[in-house]
Amino acid sequence: MTSFTVNGRDVDLDIDPDTPLLWVLRDELRLTGTKFGCGVAQCGACTVMLDGMPRRSCVTPISMVEGSEVTTIEGMEGPEITAVQTAWEAIDVPQCGWCQSGQVMSATALLQQIPSPTDEDINNAMAGNVCRCATYVRIRQAIHDAAKTLEG
Amino acid sequence: MKHLSAIFTAALLCASPVFAQDSLSGPEAFADIADETERSAAIFEEMGKVLTHPRCLNCHPVTGGPTQGDDMRPHSPPVVRGDADFGAAGMNCSTCHSGQNVEFTSDQGSIPGHDPWMLAPVEMGWVDVPLADICTQIKDPERNGGRDLEAIHEHLAEDGLVGWAWDPGKGRTPAPGTQETLGQLTRAWIDTGAACPS
Amino acid sequence: MTAMQTTRRGFLAGGAGLMLAMTLPLGKARAQAAAAAAEPFAPNAFIRIAPDDTVTVMIKHLEMGQGPYTGLSTLVAEELDADWAQMRAEGAPANAAEYYNSAFGTALLIQGTGGSTAIANSYMQMRKAGAAARAMLVAAAAEEWGVPAEEITVKAGVVAHEASGKSSGFGALSQAAAGQPVPEDPPVKDAKDFVLIGTDVPKLDTVAKTTGKAVFTLDVFRDGMLTVVVAHPPKFGATVASFDDKAALEVSGVEMVRQIPSGIAVYATNTYAAMKGRDALTVEWDDVNAETRGTAELFEEYSKAVAAGGVTVEENDDIAVLEDAAQILEAEYQFPYLAHAPLEPLDAVIEVKEGKADMWYGCQFPTVDRGTVAQVLGLPLEDVTINVILAGGSFGRRAQGSAHLAAEAAEIAKASGRDGAFKLVWTREDDLKGGYYRPMTVHKLRAGLDVDGNIIGWENVVANQSIMTGTPMEAMLQGGPDATSFEGSSGLPYNLGAKRIGWAKMESPVSVLWWRSVGHTHTGYAVETFLDEVLVAAGKDPVQGRLDLLPADAVRERGVIEKVAEISGWTGSTRDGKGYGIAYVKSFGTYVAEVVEIENRDGVPHITKVWCAVDCGIPVNPNVIRAQMEGGVGFALGTALHDRITLAPGGEVEQSNFHDYPMLRISEMPEVEVAIIQSDADPTGVGEPGVPPLAPAMANAWRALTGTKQYQLPFSGAIS
Repeated sequence: MTSFTVNGRDVDLDIDPDTPLLWVLRDELRLTGTKFGCGVAQCGACTVMLDGMPRRSCVTPISMVEGSEVTTIEGMEGPEITAVQTAWEAIDVPQCGWCQSGQVMSATALLQQIPSPTDEDINNAMAGNVCRCATYVRIRQAIHDAAKTLEG
Repeated sequence: MKHLSAIFTAALLCASPVFAQDSLSGPEAFADIADETERSAAIFEEMGKVLTHPRCLNCHPVTGGPTQGDDMRPHSPPVVRGDADFGAAGMNCSTCHSGQNVEFTSDQGSIPGHDPWMLAPVEMGWVDVPLADICTQIKDPERNGGRDLEAIHEHLAEDGLVGWAWDPGKGRTPAPGTQETLGQLTRAWIDTGAACPS
Repeated sequence: MTAMQTTRRGFLAGGAGLMLAMTLPLGKARAQAAAAAAEPFAPNAFIRIAPDDTVTVMIKHLEMGQGPYTGLSTLVAEELDADWAQMRAEGAPANAAEYYNSAFGTALLIQGTGGSTAIANSYMQMRKAGAAARAMLVAAAAEEWGVPAEEITVKAGVVAHEASGKSSGFGALSQAAAGQPVPEDPPVKDAKDFVLIGTDVPKLDTVAKTTGKAVFTLDVFRDGMLTVVVAHPPKFGATVASFDDKAALEVSGVEMVRQIPSGIAVYATNTYAAMKGRDALTVEWDDVNAETRGTAELFEEYSKAVAAGGVTVEENDDIAVLEDAAQILEAEYQFPYLAHAPLEPLDAVIEVKEGKADMWYGCQFPTVDRGTVAQVLGLPLEDVTINVILAGGSFGRRAQGSAHLAAEAAEIAKASGRDGAFKLVWTREDDLKGGYYRPMTVHKLRAGLDVDGNIIGWENVVANQSIMTGTPMEAMLQGGPDATSFEGSSGLPYNLGAKRIGWAKMESPVSVLWWRSVGHTHTGYAVETFLDEVLVAAGKDPVQGRLDLLPADAVRERGVIEKVAEISGWTGSTRDGKGYGIAYVKSFGTYVAEVVEIENRDGVPHITKVWCAVDCGIPVNPNVIRAQMEGGVGFALGTALHDRITLAPGGEVEQSNFHDYPMLRISEMPEVEVAIIQSDADPTGVGEPGVPPLAPAMANAWRALTGTKQYQLPFSGAIS
């Protein structure tokens, strides 16, 4: 039995301990905002918050999250995620959309740690999130825009 | 999944792969070097097989971020050292690496892990540094994290992250020998005056 | 393996949104549910107006990021005079009669997305649909209010009669409108009266995609559904000789293992168990008919084929004129196989129940797939429903003439031997190793100059596999050569003197498919880099040299070249230690020229800025056009820098995931400045045309800066 919380709710699962958190979220809990893109921590589509820090759920065996707090895009709250999503929507960042949950999660994590990131900060934080549609120009712009709204 | 080819099955069954496993000699292999300083330097050269192995060098870079693989290619995805040798804000080492090696579910291999998992500080960078200079560097408290020789022995013989090099997870060549042998070599090197190769 | 837990049930009841008919944007779930109770007004197959005033447009083209949900809804809203806020979009189900793509011809009606045809094919059709609905709403209002229809105005979703002071939303009139006759050929607006076309209306799918609520194939769950992964042969053309599933069946969660035509299918209660079960299989493959040649060997054969000249597919004069040239330039180019690698790997959900089959997935050729599924399952066509939902990218990968994915899903359902729901999931490795690649291609080019530097002859021979041959699309060739193999080598606008284009058709069990911009992915590169080299050899400026080669009537070609030169401040090929390169490619009816600014960073090319001028006729949504150009630039750049699919000697694919088939990352993405040419011409597509000019412009800039000619892609292959 593995016990942890997802988006503030208690979860107890009797499941193969090697099952990646990604597939637990999707197949068992039906939290489908977290996406599968590569399975090997190369693309970032599966990014969630694990105890408040960004984490690739595809390389996170469920045994590892015992007692932890998992937050998916469905459960994110706070000024940073709001600013990020508002900025994303204002300039229509997504194209196909598959990577965007992960992009939004990583951008939020960045702004939580660096409220006014430089282009280099953005490159470093977002380099693990692949967008096959290459919406990168707008991702960069939206992160800067979100930072400005957070400044108030 | 095991793939077998109908045509080549027979050949496959006969040809068991032979890996050229690097060996690591214990200190006794150097007993016949009469001169203690020469012996010490020779022992360090043997230690060098581990210190300059990709399992160690990949996280002891001198510039930029880590490398990966036996060919020491740039880390993918691209990562940077960061202020705390732990990656960038928003994507630090623990975004992907955890406290254990984790096998991939769909591809061959694994993502390496250990607690902690981070880069060696830049002053402990060894990539492309001649072994003699690594030796000088490793003894210099200014550049070895303030360690004396005993602490260096403890690090090489006991540290878990060093030990990961012999248990690097599926798809990775382990460092030669064992951590125990490296510990014995380090002890013998210190006992013989911790001399550096020229 | 998974014991159903109370907490999990609580979670599900808590409402992870799993609506299957996904109407975008989300946000009025309750109102929509209420509206669903009453029959919406459906004047035609494309429009549904609900009592709550929402207007839902059934989108016949797959939304895979290129924007048809927004673009086609804009066309309807324009003629309907709707308010943008009341517009909704939903994927149209497979129905050839209602939703066929006229750009694919009418000999065989195909509902499909491709060739950047969504806007071009729908421009008048969707406007007429909107105009018809508007006319019916107006007629209903006139009848209800007892006023002349001519005096009624419609603006931003409000139907009004000024003199009587009466007004109404669409919803209140929808039932009455449904009783009105459908006008056959309603008039549409003059372009000068457009309110929405030409503006940046917000995209209908943005919010759902930003919040994780958008429903893609992988997000569809059906009662009792099993997840299925398939062990495919490691070599193209190999088949299953035998397999041992004992260990696989011992994996907790694995329910069954079946042999299907494409491999061995493992069925499990969840995705991880299916993957683990597949890992535990032992499969013996029969390689007798498999491709066993490696990439190096294939390139050698292709090289011989271009040297032999191929069959002539375009010719205007005797190419023997080259023998009189004062200077002859020659080059041979090599292009590897490429994988599309949409970020959502291939997947499909199929449910078979009591003799009927339903599918849900991001389907790009719905009617082709529908026919295939009906055939596999032995069902009449009308008992197969294809529900088309969002696709997480495609770039051509989901447009399968072979319908191989739908066929595999149907085979899985059939092999189960029972009714049930199954989700077929391909992993990234399945995707990259699974074929359907951009064909590997070799080009041989020769050009001759006279003593004055004028081009007197041009020969281009292309060797590659045909994409269309062996698929239902082959009918479109009408026995001729497959133009998708050499489009862009043929049909050039430039005056190049005597010209001969040849094609050598190559054969291999490696499956090939159209890849974002199809033939132009390689022809654009070969032609535009070689032309650049020829112009420089003739002592000409790359921009002016191109302009000089264009005939007088090439107004739109000249327009984008001049525009991109203007916005990039073109002064020549080098400036302040940076290289500049231009390339121009017309593809799918859209004219695009790009200028690339490049730096040499320790021998590695680094692009700092790209300027792009695009003429796609009337710009329906400039913001979407800019986005497609930006994305096209990034997609092309990542590929040109990093990507190739290679076969090892023996025939196995050497790449498996993004560590060895790298995607462009944000740190490599240049700034992109886009200029859209104002035009009155009918609109053409933008999904693909941004791609072809990037790599040649980059290579031209790199050659100008370093002198290095790049005859192979990717760049990383030659530089490292």
